[in-house]
Amino acid sequence: MPTQTLPAPGAADGTRRRRRAPRAWLGTLPLLVFAGLCFGLPVGALLYGAVTHKEPGRATSLTGENITTTLQGPYLNSLAGSVELSALTALVGTVLGMLIAQAVVTSRGGALRESVLTASGVLANFGGIPLAFAFVATLGISGVVTQLVHLDSLGWNLYSFTGLSVIYLYFLVPLMVLISVPALDGLRPQWREAAQNAGATDGQFWRHVGLPVLAPTLLGGFVLLFGSAFAAYATAAALVGGSVPLVTLKIADALSGNVQVGQENVALALSLDMIVIAGLVMAVYLPLQRRSTRWLH
Amino acid sequence: MAALTPTATAAPRDDTPSDGGGTVRARRPRRRIWRGVVLALAGVYFVVPLLASFVFTVHTPGQGVSFDAYTGILSADGFTQSLFLSLGLAAATIALVLLLTVPALIAVRLGAPRLRSVVEVVCMLPLVVPPIALVSGITTVLRWGPDHLSTTPLYQTFIAVQDESFPLVLVFAYTVLALPFVYRSLDAGLSAINVTTLVEAARNCGARVPYTVLRVILPNLRSALASASFLTLALVLGEYTIAALLGFRPFAVWIVSISGSEAQTSVAVSLLSLLITWLLLLVLSRVGSRSGAGAGAAAAGSAPAGGSAPGTSSSPTAPSASSAAKE
Repeated sequence: MPTQTLPAPGAADGTRRRRRAPRAWLGTLPLLVFAGLCFGLPVGALLYGAVTHKEPGRATSLTGENITTTLQGPYLNSLAGSVELSALTALVGTVLGMLIAQAVVTSRGGALRESVLTASGVLANFGGIPLAFAFVATLGISGVVTQLVHLDSLGWNLYSFTGLSVIYLYFLVPLMVLISVPALDGLRPQWREAAQNAGATDGQFWRHVGLPVLAPTLLGGFVLLFGSAFAAYATAAALVGGSVPLVTLKIADALSGNVQVGQENVALALSLDMIVIAGLVMAVYLPLQRRSTRWLH
Repeated sequence: MAALTPTATAAPRDDTPSDGGGTVRARRPRRRIWRGVVLALAGVYFVVPLLASFVFTVHTPGQGVSFDAYTGILSADGFTQSLFLSLGLAAATIALVLLLTVPALIAVRLGAPRLRSVVEVVCMLPLVVPPIALVSGITTVLRWGPDHLSTTPLYQTFIAVQDESFPLVLVFAYTVLALPFVYRSLDAGLSAINVTTLVEAARNCGARVPYTVLRVILPNLRSALASASFLTLALVLGEYTIAALLGFRPFAVWIVSISGSEAQTSVAVSLLSLLITWLLLLVLSRVGSRSGAGAGAAAAGSAPAGGSAPGTSSSPTAPSASSAAKE
């Protein structure tokens, strides 16, 4: 609004809206252009590649073959492995995170609460490569704890499904603590008192009041943990190489041409599968999040 | 209901003189034991790997204790190079993501409310695309360079963004990954101040819009901007997937590349990076608590659950950029 500096209060509304509207959207233009180029273009290329087939010397043709391939044999195994690992760790993480959060919320010390929340904030960010190496040093073949307690003679193997689950929980549980503490704070002590006055036992309180109120948070947390574990690549790549079938590892293999030449489009189809699953997860998560924020305010 | 517990805090549940007092008292020790067991087990699980990692870095079986793994980091081959590459990428990503989102978010509040949901969806969509899927799309696009465009001037652009010494393509990819977290943080920050009123007031005093944004809105957004920047920094410093698959060598990729020959150093660097994250979050929570409620909302709002209950405002409920993006 360069020229007109001091609009009369009465006239301001009409003129402002008319004059500002055409220019304000310009502010969003860089973001939208950037998103189109750097996000839309790769995702578009991914979708296109996933449903097309290219042979040297022949025209590119539409095909469902890539996607069918990803739903068979080793690729299907890897998808199932990823879903299984993510579901298991998300379930365990949700329960453990909730228990820890409840222990923190019901304890009286403010210092305990502060330190647990700070630690959770740090540990939830402690993913990827550094986490993998910390666990190699602890529970790997020559890890400190492995050597100390002779875990290997008990059949312990970090480079396995169980080992990977133990590592994933290291950042999933703190994430769940961060999610559940606000929700547990939202459970009013008065509700519990009212239930007790009405003669309800602890179990009845949780079954009929506590859990139903917390359900959206619990489910939302589960879904978020699932998504985090599902998308994880770095930890698994640094650790297990190929010994646990995970879809992220398969995509990386196919992209770097480790399997067969010409597998790029299968990698794209696998990526598409992942996006579909992550999209479903988000479609569940967002409405739940809205519901839980409505309840707990 | 409210009569029983006048102060509606969560803590003093056990002290409530309700008529069920007898049972409450009887139950209390059991509950305390339960709480202690849970916290102790959690403590063991979360502390042991850190302690063990430290022991691993300073103690070699049969050779005793030495701190060589730490003193040797600085001189390790490629350390400074990869760290500076990561820091440079982080600075560029922070600048780019803020330059893109701040004007867009202010614009939708000032004059283009209908674009608001478009901007929100655009910023949130990257959450649905895992980094590995994004990188598979990026490789496909980058392959168009040599395949189809080698005769056009665009080809030079493709070469330029993949420059080994400063790969712009990584900056673009990281900006995409950071969008959801930055959006949440800034959106919460903007919700805490009344942008329209501030702008009206400034205009009535004769200020132009660019001046108003720079001198009135941005200072009010300080903590949200800080939290967005710190999140992005943490994300870029830890990112491995995209860099590794595109063949570049920033910090996280470097750690993996030395792990084979210098296991102790790689663990030592991992521990240090945890320490750095911790310091970053401490700074973030300081910035957050200094400027009060708005900052708390920003920090909590960018946490995945977004459950911005009052209790979380003073603590660094670290918005976990990592688990979705860092991996």
